[in-house]
Amino acid sequence: MNQAADTGLAARLNRLVDFAPVLIALLLALVVSSVLLVALNTDPLAAFGFMLEGAVGTENATAETLVKATPILFVGIGITIAFRGGMINIGGEGQMIAGALAGTTMALALGDARIPAEMAKTPGAFDLIIVTSALIAGFLAGALYGGLAGFLKAYFGVNEILSTIMLNQIAVQMMNFLLNGPLLDPAVAGFNNIPKTARLVTAAQLPRLSLPLGDPWIFARTRLHWGLVVAIVLAVVIYIFLWRTSLGYRIRAVGENERASSYAGINVKRQMMLSMFLAGGFAGLAGVVQVLGLQYRLQTDGSPAGFTAAAGFNGIVAALFGGLNPIGAIPASAFFGGLLVGAQKMQREIGVPASLITAVNGLIVVFVVSSEIFILQRSKRRVSLQETPTALGPTKATETGSDLPDSANEATAEEAS
Amino acid sequence: MSQTENQLLPTGHARIDSLTMSGIVKRFPGVLAADEIDFDVRSGEIHALLGENGAGKSTLMKMLYGLYHPDEGEIRINDAPTIIKSPIDAIQHGIGMIHQHFMLVPSLTVAENIALGMKSSRGFQLDLDVVSQRVLELSDIYNLKVDPHLPIWQLAVGEQQRVEILRALYKGAALLILDEPTAVLTPQEVDGLFRILNQLAADGHGLVFISHKLHEVLEISHRVTVLRDGRRVNTIPTSQATRPKLAEMMVGRPVLLEYEKNPLQARDDRLALQDVSALSNRGTTGLDAVSLQLRGGEIVGIAGVSGNGQQELAQCITGLREVTAGSVTVDGSDVTNAPPAALHAIGLSYIPEERMIDGVIKEFSVAENYVLQDHGHPKYTTARIFMLFNKIRQACRRAIQQFEIKTPSTETLVKSLSGGNIQKLVLARELSRDPGVLIAAQPTRGVDIGATEYIHKQLLEERDKGTAILLISEDLDEIRALSDRIAVMYEGRIVGEVVNDNVDVEQLGLLMTGGV
Repeated sequence: MNQAADTGLAARLNRLVDFAPVLIALLLALVVSSVLLVALNTDPLAAFGFMLEGAVGTENATAETLVKATPILFVGIGITIAFRGGMINIGGEGQMIAGALAGTTMALALGDARIPAEMAKTPGAFDLIIVTSALIAGFLAGALYGGLAGFLKAYFGVNEILSTIMLNQIAVQMMNFLLNGPLLDPAVAGFNNIPKTARLVTAAQLPRLSLPLGDPWIFARTRLHWGLVVAIVLAVVIYIFLWRTSLGYRIRAVGENERASSYAGINVKRQMMLSMFLAGGFAGLAGVVQVLGLQYRLQTDGSPAGFTAAAGFNGIVAALFGGLNPIGAIPASAFFGGLLVGAQKMQREIGVPASLITAVNGLIVVFVVSSEIFILQRSKRRVSLQETPTALGPTKATETGSDLPDSANEATAEEAS
Repeated sequence: MSQTENQLLPTGHARIDSLTMSGIVKRFPGVLAADEIDFDVRSGEIHALLGENGAGKSTLMKMLYGLYHPDEGEIRINDAPTIIKSPIDAIQHGIGMIHQHFMLVPSLTVAENIALGMKSSRGFQLDLDVVSQRVLELSDIYNLKVDPHLPIWQLAVGEQQRVEILRALYKGAALLILDEPTAVLTPQEVDGLFRILNQLAADGHGLVFISHKLHEVLEISHRVTVLRDGRRVNTIPTSQATRPKLAEMMVGRPVLLEYEKNPLQARDDRLALQDVSALSNRGTTGLDAVSLQLRGGEIVGIAGVSGNGQQELAQCITGLREVTAGSVTVDGSDVTNAPPAALHAIGLSYIPEERMIDGVIKEFSVAENYVLQDHGHPKYTTARIFMLFNKIRQACRRAIQQFEIKTPSTETLVKSLSGGNIQKLVLARELSRDPGVLIAAQPTRGVDIGATEYIHKQLLEERDKGTAILLISEDLDEIRALSDRIAVMYEGRIVGEVVNDNVDVEQLGLLMTGGV
């Protein structure tokens, strides 16, 4: 028997089984939501049908799905970095707002500025500068906002879950204040009380995105914008950063095992701040891209998710669903974008509240997280199976059993410490 | 004496005259963990179960204790076929197990711990006075000397073990399984335990003594069963066993038990500690003015019961704990409180005590773990940014071959390697960094004989190359086999230092427990 091929197959099977829980989680979430739908006197199949149709049924539906997916993907990439670095960042919402505020301010300021004479000759040059500056400002503001939580965790031991949740509230109120006061659109000041900034000049807007297929081009008449491409490119960049660079190695090392990291001479505090800084930066990008690419002004209805549409939270779900891998976050974000858009169609067609989708999101989180635990236990069991592995050494039978409870004990000891 | 009386133990419970496991087979997915094993224990007998990690000892005993169920084979108690469904079932059949790691709640008293999980004779009301009374009776019968009213945390390790034994006896154990009971004890405590075991046997209990320490098996048991790779190698009367014979049965080939040590060729001082003090994790004094010199080409052993400052000592030298007073010098330069990265750069290597937590990142691959310190080193990166995984894998593959690490590939996650192989990986990594000073803390704890032999040989080779090695170990045999000098730690201080030449073990044991 070919030993090597055998272990290769086993490894592949194992990986398949590892991936299965995510799908099972999805399936379970669908089952539970079917129950909810039945309770609402609706035919689940019809409801899901309308959802699918609403998400990808038409060109415009698909574009809307991708539009929704874009901020989720930005946040998801950031959350992936944070979680890989061991930081449970729940602050996507606040960091997104911080980024949007800074980026919008920058874009408004530069939009009002006079174009330097030498640039006026090259069309688009100044546009590029405005957009880039706004993106950088958005990234930095989000990064500092996230980095603050990282700093508090690294130097004062403040739990980052709590601090990021609190910082979300502060950001929302800060935005409400600024949009009702200093940043309020001068055109509407005194007439109505919709908190919003002035509209960005065209030069400060991210261009629309369409694909040169058919006539007119695909997506030419939709709201799809270049933010999606930026996000996808950055997902790949961050994948390379995390798994191919020494800095990414350090972030992951700290995330997996702080003690071994300090043993290895890694500055644990610095990596904690760095991963939160980057995570916040990506959430900040989500915010500023939402303004530059879609809304062309920062506006809210005063409610917590008035501007973000909860993308800061949905990004967490997408990151988990994408297996904490930035590449995996791409389809995961598209999926959740589709859920959100499809739910509206479902609501229009059969009157099921679209907020049901919030429940479905929650269910998926619960199931994915519990399947993580399932995977953990499986890998523990596998430890014992691979006790005396193969290719390089002689094979012998193994006392599988002895390692089961032992490794379980270890796990609890680790958790306790 | 009538027949029935004869079958009662001093506790009043029934005796197990014979327990037989025959043809026991246990399969786990892909592995045959127990392959037609025969095993039996009789009343009044101490039967040692010997084997390497993964040989099947624990699997076999867990089937006896109802934690696993055999796929094939039969268990007979007093000749009656018995199926043991669960630990509760096992206890009702008179089988008790003393785990290596005690299952006691530190803040509760002895009596409360023993009463845990048992029905009170008064329904919802606690009957601790009844329990205490019974505990006193039992400790009287077996001379166990335990005060039922003391909280566990106030007891020494040996006493806690006696509580475990008492609890098993309280529940009516006629047959006791002891899983590596001496692993945590000092030499004096081991003597105490052996006296208790001998008395239990004399009173008609059957005992299974799981161990991998050959001299203990030879000292305490009546018969030895050796397991290897899930099979029984043989069962022999201890009187016919010798250390080399048992070791060969365990490993399957002759094993070196004593090492040929080249004469000491000590060179200059490489590591010097001058009055080093540090706090423990709890904020109490962890190290108290420790001074120590280490020369190139020598191994200094630090003996002591764990928790007496050994860990703090290693961490102070390796930059992982703040030195509050005194100085640490490596090759003449002051490195007190230098960060670990700076210490790595001047040739300090450290094999940490808790290798699963400190020494490796379990979720990382073998190759990634191989460059834990050197992941940013110019030889493994371009411009110190992009890691050159081809080069890392190459270097790792060489180490895998040289150190005989059993792993399917360099990409295997470390968590799926066995303890011995993880320790070899840590050793390979630390030695590949060509250290001038090596701190080795418990380098062979939990490692099987074959790998232990290998690690010891590597340490001696490193010594002959001129490395200064600090060997911190609770295993006195290991310390005595390898060290040139031995220092004993007690309560954060070095209480004695001797040249390793016909050292009196009793004397060392006394030093380890604070007596002089």
